[in-house]
Amino acid sequence: MFDQFDPADNKMLQVIDNDGKVIAKEWMPQLTDEEMVKLYKDMLFVRTLDFMIVSYQRQGRVYTYPPNYGQEAISVAAGAVMRHDDWLVPAFRELGAYLAKGMSVKEIFMFNMGFEEGLRLKETHHMLPMSVPIASQLLHAAGIAYAAKYLKKDEVAFGFVGDGGTSEGDFHEALNFAGVWKVPVIFVVQNNQYAISVPVKMQTASLNMAIKSKAYGIKGIKVDGNDIFAMVAAFRFAQEYARKESQAVLIEAVTYRKGAHTTSDDPTKYRTTDEEKEWDLKDPLRRMKLFLEQKNLWTNAEEERISEEYKKEIDRQFVETEETVQYPLEDVFKYTYAEMPQDLRDQQIEHEKFLQWKTARK
Amino acid sequence: MKAMNIVSAINDALDIKLSEDKNVVVYGEDVGFEGGVFRVTEGLQKKYGVERVFDSPLAESGIVGTAVGMAVAGLRPVVEMQFCGFIYPAFNQIISHVSRMHNRSRGRHKVPMVIRLPYGGGINALEHHSESMESIFAHIPGLKVVVPSTPHDAKGLLISAIESDDPILFLEPKRIYRAIKQEVSEEKFSVPIGKAKVLAQGTDVTVVAYGAMIREVQKAMVMAKEAGYSVELIDLRTIYPLDKETVTASIKKTGRIIFVGEEPRSFGVGSEIMALANEEAFLHLEAPPKRVTAFDVIVPYPRGEHHYMITPEKIFYEIERTIKF
Repeated sequence: MFDQFDPADNKMLQVIDNDGKVIAKEWMPQLTDEEMVKLYKDMLFVRTLDFMIVSYQRQGRVYTYPPNYGQEAISVAAGAVMRHDDWLVPAFRELGAYLAKGMSVKEIFMFNMGFEEGLRLKETHHMLPMSVPIASQLLHAAGIAYAAKYLKKDEVAFGFVGDGGTSEGDFHEALNFAGVWKVPVIFVVQNNQYAISVPVKMQTASLNMAIKSKAYGIKGIKVDGNDIFAMVAAFRFAQEYARKESQAVLIEAVTYRKGAHTTSDDPTKYRTTDEEKEWDLKDPLRRMKLFLEQKNLWTNAEEERISEEYKKEIDRQFVETEETVQYPLEDVFKYTYAEMPQDLRDQQIEHEKFLQWKTARK
Repeated sequence: MKAMNIVSAINDALDIKLSEDKNVVVYGEDVGFEGGVFRVTEGLQKKYGVERVFDSPLAESGIVGTAVGMAVAGLRPVVEMQFCGFIYPAFNQIISHVSRMHNRSRGRHKVPMVIRLPYGGGINALEHHSESMESIFAHIPGLKVVVPSTPHDAKGLLISAIESDDPILFLEPKRIYRAIKQEVSEEKFSVPIGKAKVLAQGTDVTVVAYGAMIREVQKAMVMAKEAGYSVELIDLRTIYPLDKETVTASIKKTGRIIFVGEEPRSFGVGSEIMALANEEAFLHLEAPPKRVTAFDVIVPYPRGEHHYMITPEKIFYEIERTIKF
């Protein structure tokens, strides 16, 4: 696969076209009908959840949120391919992968409501919390992969970053360390065309993002990130290669952020509706739905029924989270250190004395 | 017991931890084959193999960032920053992740890692090789900052640091790396993090110092003794968490406090000691708390460094002024 999609040729792995027709049968990943429907339903769930979080934000019920709209195929495919013991090292736009790793919808809500508690990731196995400082997390993925190799654990780390992140020093250091160390890590660039307002052509003079792999002596491949079959195929291939050969891979997933950078951003200021319309045709859910309809695996009626089900369930969990989540004072202090210094304990006691005084004063 | 200097004591601590804990790995620039530019890790690669003691690519952010990943995945990495002034590219990793991962994940992910950092001036070095920036790190919630001043403490504190589930900045006073020899036990022992040590009992004034400054204060104390002054010397050993109890008790006893540190004066460890004296021992003070520190300037190049470095005379001068106040 890597040879046939040499980034130097600027080729892109694609399995279905915009109409959901298979254009590269040889790369179609082996999936049962049920698995295909599950992939679609997972994308639909992510999109529904994503829309609802944005609407909760508009209602003032959650804080700033980075929408996943338009990029669902990438993280859903990663989640489907990752083994239970593989590591997810996210940036912050990989909703499908968080869910697959066991992050609960309630934890997602708690995080976006402003509670670190949402990043406890109670039921997850091998997932790091989201990382805001751009590209810094890729080094963690490289380090995790080193540990996996050293401990002979047969695990692969998946590290995510955006197109803007490829300009950061840590991106290059991570690829370089992983290349020199020969460790099983897959770096995934979600190239969604914009870093907030800055278009990708202003981030790099490279032919594409995948070609950057060559400078570090690792494999790279450019994939249609809006084609879930291509993403599953690429992830599976890269995962097997990383695990068996103990090597790093760079995957560029070409996509489009249909939503805003975050709920504080207004994309109409820096891009045209023509451009948005063009990408609408490449929408990952639209394409897979057309594919499934042609195979008689999906109907509009089914979609409506299940969307309503998702919405109800999501809202039920949201309300439950709103009603139960708390931020006790002790949580402010408790987690700064594994072993809390006495001085920090004293600061808490001092503040509690003030609170007692405040209560008594009323 | 064996005669050790700080370099061999640190080497011994690493050796002990590498031999008893398979999860300990040691890496950094020139750390493997060469054994580090100060030879602190000499012989360890030969003994433990290239998977456990190794040279990394030359990138400080990469070294610290990968260590975060290793620590989260179950290892206990001990990484070296070749010189204190080279740590800045790793700042984002230290401040955004090393110090925060435990808090961010509500304790789910611990980051048991040690960043070894040769620090301090007085060695006629190039620019960026002489800084003392302990306050910068001590100011960051989530980090612990340790500075030994003797071979014994260097060994015991490093063993504690490697065994700690919290990330530790381990500052090594490179100026006295080989200047002090001491009989140190070859057995495993630890010195607790967060505990200062009273090196000399006295009644007239408390001097608080750490790292390479301890030796300078001890020289000043010879002069003080000749002048008839009784000086109590406290070696902080850990900057954060600060052993407030030991320092406060001593200030209350002597009624006078001088801080000696080779870092720039403003907003530093010394400022914290001054605040402590005022907050906890105000009514016991017989003279204004005093700081003997470097100036708020960039460390001068070697030909100007003698203007900058703290001398025993300068410390004695302030001891006398404080006692006579």
